[in-house]
Amino acid sequence: MNLAQADRPTIKWSWIGDNSDKIFARFIEHIELTVLAVAIGLLISVPLAIYAYRHRWFYTPLTSVTGILYTIPSLALFAFLLPYTGLTVQTAEIGLVGYTLLILIRNIVAGLAGVPPDVREAARGMGFSSGQMLWRVEMPLALPVIMAGVRLATVTTVGLVTVTALIGKGGLGFFILSGMRTDFITAILVGSILSLVLAVTVDGLLVYLERRITPWSRSRAGQRRPAPKTQSSIGPRVA
Amino acid sequence: MTGDVMISLKNVSKVFDSAEGSAAVHDLSMDIVRGETVVLVGPSGCGKTTTMKMINRLVEPTSGEITVNGTDVMKQDPVELRRGIGYVIQSIGLMPHRTIAQNIATVPELLKWDATKVKQRVAELSDILELDEALLGRYPNELSGGQRQRVGVARALAVDPPVMLMDEPFGAVDPIVRERLQDQFLDLQDRLKKTIVFVTHDIDEAIKMADRIAILNRGGVIEQFASPEEILRSPANDFVKQFVGVERGLKRLALLKVSQIGIEEGPVVSPEAPIRDAERAMEKFDYDWCSVVEDGELLGWVDRESLGGCLTVAEAQARPFSAYVTHDSTLREALDSIVTSRTQVAVVASGGQRYVGILSLERISKEIIS
Repeated sequence: MNLAQADRPTIKWSWIGDNSDKIFARFIEHIELTVLAVAIGLLISVPLAIYAYRHRWFYTPLTSVTGILYTIPSLALFAFLLPYTGLTVQTAEIGLVGYTLLILIRNIVAGLAGVPPDVREAARGMGFSSGQMLWRVEMPLALPVIMAGVRLATVTTVGLVTVTALIGKGGLGFFILSGMRTDFITAILVGSILSLVLAVTVDGLLVYLERRITPWSRSRAGQRRPAPKTQSSIGPRVA
Repeated sequence: MTGDVMISLKNVSKVFDSAEGSAAVHDLSMDIVRGETVVLVGPSGCGKTTTMKMINRLVEPTSGEITVNGTDVMKQDPVELRRGIGYVIQSIGLMPHRTIAQNIATVPELLKWDATKVKQRVAELSDILELDEALLGRYPNELSGGQRQRVGVARALAVDPPVMLMDEPFGAVDPIVRERLQDQFLDLQDRLKKTIVFVTHDIDEAIKMADRIAILNRGGVIEQFASPEEILRSPANDFVKQFVGVERGLKRLALLKVSQIGIEEGPVVSPEAPIRDAERAMEKFDYDWCSVVEDGELLGWVDRESLGGCLTVAEAQARPFSAYVTHDSTLREALDSIVTSRTQVAVVASGGQRYVGILSLERISKEIIS
């Protein structure tokens, strides 16, 4: 830190006021990129996870591939994709979606595997077809674990979206990047704090949503079965 | 056994490929008559559950033929087949994410009944199984074990299937609740007359619930297939004898009714009669007491001591019997009455206090030995 910087006012409130419409637009873009990534991630993960749950041999190769995807540094991934897909939303989304897959697949499979066997047996004995079993019994009972995965994937994605600023997208990450380039701390703070607020808010909303769609799991105090292992050991990804 | 056959197993075998942990069944044949409760009982690994599960094709037989109501189960869609057969398991398997009402409505909903009919049926079933209406909106984990078990039975009865398969349905509750559930189910079965295949490892439960018991040995070998009374009276072989265990005689007593054996005459005297008559009655039967009966009504009993110094029996003040039995009492109850009464016999009365006769220990043991 040099002396000149120390004299400068840290935050220029007027800049925030002047650029409120731009900040708002980037905030919306951030949400859009996140929601799109998690939604596409779910669309891909659900069928793959169901298949892996029913055909156990598929689980190991599936998690190996998505595991490798998960470990690729995001910067490297975007750099690699640029020649093919350019500075587009696709480039951003391919990366973002790729990072959600491991979390989502592992949680969906864990959720399905955690369905009590007696419930499954009773359902089969009463004449549920395998499709009815999946959508009326197994998926609803797997929901708490699946939702834990969705929360983790969403919060991770909110963080990762900022990195896509490097390829011209980035939502709030735009302010972080431009603030760093121009040494303008106000923009950096606006981008960081707002994405943090967004992550916490979205997580809270998902908790609320989970409670609404699984009212039965609230009343199980005291006699809860041991919860199936969730994949929370995969910590939130840092860019 | 007469009557039309509801479930028939012909030379049924099931071979499991590897160590699947399920018990194999070899060449089992059995006919189950409409409206009867057949209990499959045997040690673990005898294939009783495998046999039961082949009926609704939760386990596919390797060979042989199974028909339910005249139709070969292998020629039916398994999903359709199962919807027409009630199914209750030990762990119940209520759906934790559905309310009690929704759980009971499971099969009606699969069969796409309209909502009003479903609602009506749920109300009907909760009434039959004495489930409080307040429970209907709750989730399974908020209920006690006994309540959950009754919901399981209600759910299995929802579409009024003619056949019920029950795999240790009362195994997961404590003995007191189990006995209550068994009694309740017996009452229910009296009215509903379902054809029931009931699996248990508990011979006492089998004796209590069954019209007929099939005692299975390893590999699904039927060692004996007969009424509980017959199995207790004449076990087919050592395996059955050992499985039925000790107290065979006592267990049979619980199955036999007083009306099934000959009731004896006992010493009787009318209250107006002179003491001499009472003494003569006692001598005749070699007892030191005598029942006092007025116009067929049992007043009590007197003995030599209480008659001392009296002119008529009435003066001696007959003492009431502490217990008496009726035609519907079991011999076990009669035995209890014998060993706890001072007179050492069970007095049989009907319709309130009408004197019928007596049962002595000799009479009961003669019945058990024969």
